[in-house]
Amino acid sequence: MTGLRYVYAVCRPFRSALQTQLKGVAGEPPKQLTHHGLVAVLSTVPERDFAEEPLRAHLEDLDWLTETARAHQSVIDALTVVTTPLPLRLATVFRDDSGVRIMMEAREAEFRRTLDRLEGRVEWGVKVYAEAEPAENGPPAGTPTSGRDYLRQRRSRARAHDDMWQHAETFASRLHATLSERAEDSRLHAPQNASLSGASGRNVLNAAYLVPRADSESFVELVDRTKDEEAGIRVELTGPWAAYSFVGEEGA
Amino acid sequence: MTVIERREVALVDLLDRLLSGGVVITGDVTLRIADVDLVRIDLNALISSVNAQVPSPFQELT
Repeated sequence: MTGLRYVYAVCRPFRSALQTQLKGVAGEPPKQLTHHGLVAVLSTVPERDFAEEPLRAHLEDLDWLTETARAHQSVIDALTVVTTPLPLRLATVFRDDSGVRIMMEAREAEFRRTLDRLEGRVEWGVKVYAEAEPAENGPPAGTPTSGRDYLRQRRSRARAHDDMWQHAETFASRLHATLSERAEDSRLHAPQNASLSGASGRNVLNAAYLVPRADSESFVELVDRTKDEEAGIRVELTGPWAAYSFVGEEGA
Repeated sequence: MTVIERREVALVDLLDRLLSGGVVITGDVTLRIADVDLVRIDLNALISSVNAQVPSPFQELT
């Protein structure tokens, strides 16, 4: 069989079949490659798109990246229904099956430890945004009557902005502390830039929490309760995700 | 667990995980296993072209 091997995840063997219509990147259905009692979930991808050079070029193309990322995620999602997958980073490509086997052997002990640690856990994403404009409170600004008045108004607007961001950051760190207590582990991602996300407001917290499935409902309720707590602050929840943000070894 | 309503996942949330999370099969594995021609792409170029202000999450790969 020609073509390269695109590996999505490593899992323990699972009994349930994946959906038959499931398609991975490049439209091929994912297959399982079992080696030493672990399963690599992979699909064949054409060399013309996934060899190092074309892949490098494609990854600069946001449409191609979007399509590939979504296909990768749909395979991980399908796996999450039947097992606890250990997701690999986007675009992990091997020359052939034997390359995949060699990699699995080299990383076997680490994969087993991480799979044990993540078994039955999912990841929840929580983001906090400070809305772009502070709520209009205090005296209405009106038209400045003098240069000095103008400067005073400008300073007070700047102060209101600072206060709002300070307030949002305090809220975010308090929320993060509360959620961390309820989660087994947490990670802080870099705040998202509005030009990438298209979201309004400034992202002051972009965190991931590792939560046992069994505790997820109460975790979600806890996040939901904070949503209307404060004016000018927006809380967004995403998930459940496979534990992408928690695959590193402890302390790594 | 109740079914939680899911909108289509935002690309940026997906990329947070697919590009800075997930198990990294690093280049030094390629070096140690000489006959595996392993292709591992880092996405520095893309991210910096999308937004120069976002610190690269891929420093560990370079």
